[in-house]
Amino acid sequence: MKLAYWMYAGPAHIGTLRVASSFKNVHAIMHAPLGDDYFNVMRSMLERERDFTAATASIVDRHVLARGSQERVVDNILRKDQEEHPDLIILTPTCTSSILQEDLQNFVDRASIISNSSVIFADVDHYQVNEIQAADRTLEQVVRYYLDRSHTHEALDQFVTDVPSVNIIGIFTLGFHNQHDCRELRRLLRDLDIGINQIIPEGGYVEDLKELPKAWLNLIPYREVGLMTAMYLNKEYAMPYISTTPMGAVEIAECIRQIKKKMDTLASGSSNKRIDYEPFIDTQTRFVSQAAWFSRSIDCQNLTGKETVVFGDATHAASITKILAREMGIHVSCAGTFCKHDAEWFKEQIQGFCDEILITDDHAEVGDMIARIEPSAIFGTQMERHIGKRLDIPCGVISAPVHIQNFTLGYRPFLGYEGTNQIADLVYNSFALGMEEHLLDIFGGHDTKEIMNKSLSTNIGLIWNPESRLELSKIPRFVREKVKKNTEKFARQKGIQTITVGVMYAAKEALST
Amino acid sequence: MSVKLDETLTVECETGNYHTFCPISCVSWLYQKIEDSFFLVVGTKTCGYFLQNALGVMIFAEPRYAMAELEEGDISAQLNDYEGLKRLCIRIRRDRDPSVIIWIGTCTTEIIKMDLEGMAPKLEWEIGIPILVARANGLDYAFTQGEDTVLAAMAHRCPEPEFPLREQKEMIKKVFAFPSREKEELHEYANHPSLVLFGSLPSNVASQLNLELRRQSIKVSGWLPAQRYTDLPSLGDGVYVCGVNPFLSRTATTLIRRGKCELIGAPFPIGPDGTRAWIEKICSVFGVEARGLEEREERIWESLNDYLDLVRGKSVFFMGDNLLEVSLARFLIRCGMIVHEIGIPYMDKRYQAAELSLLLDTCTRMCAPIPRIVEKPDNSNQIRRLRELRPDLAITGMAHANPLEARGISTKWSVEFTFAQMHGSANARDVLELVTRPLRRQSNLEHFGRNTLVIKNQ
Repeated sequence: MKLAYWMYAGPAHIGTLRVASSFKNVHAIMHAPLGDDYFNVMRSMLERERDFTAATASIVDRHVLARGSQERVVDNILRKDQEEHPDLIILTPTCTSSILQEDLQNFVDRASIISNSSVIFADVDHYQVNEIQAADRTLEQVVRYYLDRSHTHEALDQFVTDVPSVNIIGIFTLGFHNQHDCRELRRLLRDLDIGINQIIPEGGYVEDLKELPKAWLNLIPYREVGLMTAMYLNKEYAMPYISTTPMGAVEIAECIRQIKKKMDTLASGSSNKRIDYEPFIDTQTRFVSQAAWFSRSIDCQNLTGKETVVFGDATHAASITKILAREMGIHVSCAGTFCKHDAEWFKEQIQGFCDEILITDDHAEVGDMIARIEPSAIFGTQMERHIGKRLDIPCGVISAPVHIQNFTLGYRPFLGYEGTNQIADLVYNSFALGMEEHLLDIFGGHDTKEIMNKSLSTNIGLIWNPESRLELSKIPRFVREKVKKNTEKFARQKGIQTITVGVMYAAKEALST
Repeated sequence: MSVKLDETLTVECETGNYHTFCPISCVSWLYQKIEDSFFLVVGTKTCGYFLQNALGVMIFAEPRYAMAELEEGDISAQLNDYEGLKRLCIRIRRDRDPSVIIWIGTCTTEIIKMDLEGMAPKLEWEIGIPILVARANGLDYAFTQGEDTVLAAMAHRCPEPEFPLREQKEMIKKVFAFPSREKEELHEYANHPSLVLFGSLPSNVASQLNLELRRQSIKVSGWLPAQRYTDLPSLGDGVYVCGVNPFLSRTATTLIRRGKCELIGAPFPIGPDGTRAWIEKICSVFGVEARGLEEREERIWESLNDYLDLVRGKSVFFMGDNLLEVSLARFLIRCGMIVHEIGIPYMDKRYQAAELSLLLDTCTRMCAPIPRIVEKPDNSNQIRRLRELRPDLAITGMAHANPLEARGISTKWSVEFTFAQMHGSANARDVLELVTRPLRRQSNLEHFGRNTLVIKNQ
């Protein structure tokens, strides 16, 4: 048992639901009590989804506790099958069903005999894995299911495409800037003259998964989700994969070179022409992306040696740390991640790019670290943004967990060459704003304060009795001034000298007319 | 209390596959209401994730609530629950020093049968802070019913009244009342038994209701909950209680059975019509003649005219998730709207009897069709009905709001009604402000066209 206010990664079923609802025509059924379908709210709110989220709950209530789910889960699966005709139904366990220890696999087996849809049981344990790990597992499970099935039906076409092509694995719903990153990756691959075989899970159809082995290799932009699938495909179908995140100019170049190397090996037998990507990398880095030039410009010179702290998921925290240290000359005092399960990789990646490393999922520890270091800017999640607010340190958000403002309508990739521009803006704006605040402080702040105060001094000649003053103090701060002003206006109109609680509410009523 | 309803009002029951908030969400408004409390939710990551996301920015304001997150060892009983909770509660006492700690039991504590009620008194004695237990779990309850479980637990802690003593004091006060007092103090209260109102309202809304009753010379002796735990009202034989919210049936039952209180069954003070009926009922129970209520209601309705013009003749569909639905529907019908369906998680016909009969009266009065009431609704059936009926407004949870808007159906997010100030006559405008917002936006964007924004004709 531990005291917890905040968590960086959600419970396992969220990961499964994110994968399920990213595929087209896949329905997730949660075995969960009333209220556990909050995922639908998040997807509808944060992603501003126009479609109903294809996730429903098979409700666990008192009756289920007493007698077991019995026919209920099977009925719910069959009902969804009838109503929506999904290709696949994923029965998703929650923390509640984990302890009930019902044989959900058995329900799935029974339902799959009758239903037209395929039915699988998501193999995730609430107490073993978190949201991110569960997403990784579920994606692998779905891919494995469809490839195995095609294998037994001997419908699997293992011939690779004629022209070089890749699968992009791990783009999915509620991912941090995933939609924009996906668009940027498409553009990058098109520029490199490489075809895209499939992008999963976002927008993909499960029935097409059997085509996955047709690609030459797999690209895993974020190591949190997709790596398990890539390893499986590598083992079973000998597909090579690249898990270098193309974030920041150096890493993009590295990623492209790795792609080329793999392509060359595969193409050695065929007559495919070899392309030299070096001129492309050079042009993009120097002229298309503004980031390299920006690092050289006078603006960026001012950032030299500024102290900063980075915290986030493994992929983003590692990439941003490297960009700050290597590409912008900023001093990273501490870099950390909440992906405890991937700590070794993370440490290895940022070795030499920062003073200290913090691996924790306790936000208080992160807060203490920031308070101790007092950096000029923070790059972290929404939690670090709020820690920054409390300590008056600006923060750029670089990783989930995030709020609605991180699901921008405008184009904001973090990956690829456009991504480098976006990151440069983010970094520069965080520091520049910090400097502005600092200067304002030195020169006595905005000079509008006086004027604002004057306009509020309307209480001449009116007395608030103690009771009404207490009442006023109970009104939420953001409307208090307005209520005060309106009440006084009302009192003056009526020629009332002493303001009582009665007068306050009479004023509210009068104002409504 | 007799339940005599017209045969025309029937309550259907569907599958219960609907979207609502988990009842543990009640900590979000209760910790703010009860200033010296601390809420400890004993549950899993799932509960924590819900609170963290549903409460949004509140989570960053160092709230007086936390999760006691159960780990695998707790579930398999390898760890000692009592020691675990003791450790956390001592830490809470050290960091926050609350007057009361409220344990919120969740689905998990139910399933593993963690004996919270058994442990609380022991630990309370050991650490010296009152510990209440409320089982606000998703197995049994929906959304606002969470508050009901907390208030029911709190009702047990209300002190016994020192009845004779207080009455004597009041008598003496009345006899020796001097006219030189301040004007407001002069307000004489009728001689009536003590009245306690139950239901958590923002303190200024509570004052407004107190004031409304004071106009009828009825004195409110206390509220459950009060602003501070240490100010809980006295309850006991002969104390009258009245609810201000429709989802407080357990609290009502507890007050009657354990507190030996008399329940005043009234419609709820939502909308000017509800507020008036609520006051009238309280007055009639105390044998006080209500004064000036009709004119007052009339005046409020007049002040609402601009909004009423917007809603008149429009149709509404309540998908149902917070138990405020019947009262809201009744108010909206009185405003001239047509209600197709009142979805509601749970319908206590005894506790809501007066509200239901006011609903029927209102329908007759406004010549409106009687809406169907659907308990434990099924969201996918409801969406099918919504597509057929195409109402002007669907009052629904956030899970369905955006998808419905994309299909050209205006929606209002139902949770806002839970947090809005909507009790009493003076706040009727706030309710209509909420209800008309989608309608007003609709007309603002009329010339933009493109009401249906999905590709497939789903």
